[in-house]
Amino acid sequence: MRTPWPRTVCGPLMLALVAVAACGDDSDQGATSGALDGEITVFAASSLTDAFTEAGEAFHRAQPDTTVTFSFAASGALATQIIEGAPADVFASADESSMKKLTDAGEVAGPPEVFARTELQIIVGPGNPKGITGLPDLARDDVIVVLCDESVPCGVYARAALGRAAVTVSPASLEDKVRGVVSKVTLGEADAGIVYATDVLAAGSAAAGVEIPDAQNVIATYPISVTKSSENPRVADAFVEFIVSDAGRAILAVYGFVAA
Amino acid sequence: MTRHGRRRSRPETRPRAPVAVVVAGVIGAALFALPLFGLIWRVPWSELGAVLGDESSRTALRLSLWCSLWAGAISVLAGVPLAWLLARVRFRGRAATRALCTLPMVLPPVVGGVALFFAFGRRGVVGQYLDRWFDVRLPFTTWGVVMAQAFVAMPFLILTVEAALRQVDPQIEDAARSLGASPWYVFRRVTLPTIRPALIAGAVLAWARALGEFGATITFAGSFPGRTQTLPLAVYLALETDPRAALVLSLVLVTVSFAVLIALRDHWFSGASRLVDR
Repeated sequence: MRTPWPRTVCGPLMLALVAVAACGDDSDQGATSGALDGEITVFAASSLTDAFTEAGEAFHRAQPDTTVTFSFAASGALATQIIEGAPADVFASADESSMKKLTDAGEVAGPPEVFARTELQIIVGPGNPKGITGLPDLARDDVIVVLCDESVPCGVYARAALGRAAVTVSPASLEDKVRGVVSKVTLGEADAGIVYATDVLAAGSAAAGVEIPDAQNVIATYPISVTKSSENPRVADAFVEFIVSDAGRAILAVYGFVAA
Repeated sequence: MTRHGRRRSRPETRPRAPVAVVVAGVIGAALFALPLFGLIWRVPWSELGAVLGDESSRTALRLSLWCSLWAGAISVLAGVPLAWLLARVRFRGRAATRALCTLPMVLPPVVGGVALFFAFGRRGVVGQYLDRWFDVRLPFTTWGVVMAQAFVAMPFLILTVEAALRQVDPQIEDAARSLGASPWYVFRRVTLPTIRPALIAGAVLAWARALGEFGATITFAGSFPGRTQTLPLAVYLALETDPRAALVLSLVLVTVSFAVLIALRDHWFSGASRLVDR
């Protein structure tokens, strides 16, 4: 992953480039005005890491003069970073409340659009060595359970699902992001965790998933929006359009997301 | 007081600093000062008491103190002998050993945390036997936090103590030995007292580093209130839900670390001058 250029450097640099271009031959301008160019930074929820990385590559193939740089982290942390002035052009959140934080702060350019959904699954080691069949098994004494902290979306959802199943667990750890739960299980330190179905898929052969019945399950919705502070809103808009397009949805589907 | 007077009189006897050096130096200092200023600027002072009185903050604070003191103690107990061996004994692979023992200083702590898993985790090289034979599990436990902190903090003690040991005139130890003192007696009554300032400095530095440890802790020990969720982890989680609480807790960490480093400075200087005087 590339480190985004600081905006303070990028901004003047772009201005300089535009100025140079403006001084050039007028006949150039007609040819370039239709194509998109420039760099955007997309802040996306940690659970979107694989899907968005591929979507970014596909977008770059469609718009070769653009560069998309990603910053993947917990949705809430990203929202805070944007409010504190981090240079993001697009924000893709794993929950509505982190996006709401941003809309409340007046930091989004338009109404957010829900582009994907995923449901929860129990993540277990390959071959499910502890024979876990559902949420009630997570209360067993011989099962080391790791959950997300309630300050991140996956923690809120997991708690809701456990509540619906009327199961009380005593987790060994409350992770700061969903990938933390995944790695604790794939490294073999924890026996089970509650994550998004997409994360189980992303873990491949390093983990297995146990489905949670619909009555207990929670659907996570992913909203996306262009930020108000975007310095390249045209490319940012195009990226969002690409994500919600059929091509974008096809990529998301590969990673287990359900189209919104 | 006399010390202050001495310091103030010093610049007069020294050449004036070149302007370019002052400008560059001020820019360098601003890099450290401004973030600190920004933090203090945003701290909700009126909520200071409420946040610090909050049970969850106090739990994190207590746990942090307990773990970092243990990590500091372990760093001293294992680090001082290690530093002595590195400084005094010639053995094959000494340079490699020194590099190995200070590797955590430059290693991303998260990588350190994963490496600790592979060593002491349930399936780790050592951990699987700890689990099977002694029913001991370190991940997700408070001792796991202590271990992660010691892993990251001990190099600071080793470096400080080893540097001090190298400055000690070996003739002092030789003299003690020639008078019939046993190696253990020389180490305890001659070597250790000589490097006492550096030992204190190294121990405090290691403790302060342990107190601020984040990456290796959350990776290896996880995060659970009262068990493994130390102050830095609490700050990080609070940033998502309650940024004001995060600011107050950050202020606590900054204040403690700052106080430690200021206290340390005198130790360090007095230690260095003592060694130079010899």
